[in-house]
Amino acid sequence: MDEKTRSAFFDQPHPYASLFIKMLTISAFTFGGGFVIISMMRRTFAQKLKWLDDQEVLDMTAIAQSAPGALGVNSAIIFGYRIAGIPGVVVSLTATVIPPLVILSVLAFFYKQFIDNPVAQTVMQVLRAGVAAVIVDVVIDLASNVIKSKDMLNLILMIAAFFALTVFKVSSLAIILIALVIGFLPLGGKKE
Amino acid sequence: MIFVQLFTTFFLIGLFSFGGGYAAMPWILSLVVEQRHWLTMAEYADLTAIAEMTPGPIGVNAATFVGTRMAGLPGAVICTLGCIMPSLIIVLFLAYLYGKYRDLSIMKNVLHRLRPVVVALVASAGLTIFRLALFGENGGLADIRYVELGLFALALLVLRKTKISSILVLLGSAALGTVIYLLVL
Repeated sequence: MDEKTRSAFFDQPHPYASLFIKMLTISAFTFGGGFVIISMMRRTFAQKLKWLDDQEVLDMTAIAQSAPGALGVNSAIIFGYRIAGIPGVVVSLTATVIPPLVILSVLAFFYKQFIDNPVAQTVMQVLRAGVAAVIVDVVIDLASNVIKSKDMLNLILMIAAFFALTVFKVSSLAIILIALVIGFLPLGGKKE
Repeated sequence: MIFVQLFTTFFLIGLFSFGGGYAAMPWILSLVVEQRHWLTMAEYADLTAIAEMTPGPIGVNAATFVGTRMAGLPGAVICTLGCIMPSLIIVLFLAYLYGKYRDLSIMKNVLHRLRPVVVALVASAGLTIFRLALFGENGGLADIRYVELGLFALALLVLRKTKISSILVLLGSAALGTVIYLLVL
């Protein structure tokens, strides 16, 4: 854990309670999959609270995506670990699984009424527009960082990976593995 | 013993689902529906719909759904624990390696090349949801939904220009959209 992260996190009056409540809210209101959760976590923990920086967020996303399991769960584990070690993992993982656990254990018996309810259907449909905005907002920041770094190879990697994913439907795991191999090649990457 | 079976089944589902929540669905089909007969095909189809309509990872949603139906709340907790256990072990191990080796120059180089690719991953997920939100499933350009387009533009503007939390923006745009659809249109 970084010293600056440590102090930004532990300097507040109730650090674990704050982590718990933030993770719980993100999990409870995040529809649309793991990358939405990561986008919300990046806005909350990196942009607003400065417990992490954008580079770490990207590194942790790569790790979360490389391990098996749900992206939302994996990112809760690694974000919790980087923010506050093992206690952070326990707090953030518990907060992440409580909302789906509560909602689904109730819905397991009433789901027919829920699926067929026109209001529920409309809410779910319009919610996607906001979800798309949250992800696009994060992508604008992250992509402009890559462009501003003036590292041509990284810019090419980003664009090529985007087309490989969207046009050629290459799996995200394969893309990460290819980037790993390129990273091992002696291509004179910038030392940060 | 049902609890042991529930735990091991969802442990395997968690372990095999590489590449996000949707990757769990085929494993749920083969292990939960076809092998154990804990759900019927119709219930499996319903589960897919509910998992998409509710927040939270699909794997955890499925684990809770099956666990609750088989053995109530304890079943739900056991299935969820089983499902997240492989993630916990593997991600913690990777996080430990990351913390230990990220300052090595070879690791710095690898991470430096990995980051733009992760930006592309997030962007591609964003494009998928953007398409789904504005054009519907399998919709062409002519199927554009103007209400969703307006909501998207408004939400993005608020996110870029203010410090309002993303959750409030999500809830606000969903409330506005629901009011427009149900009361105005």
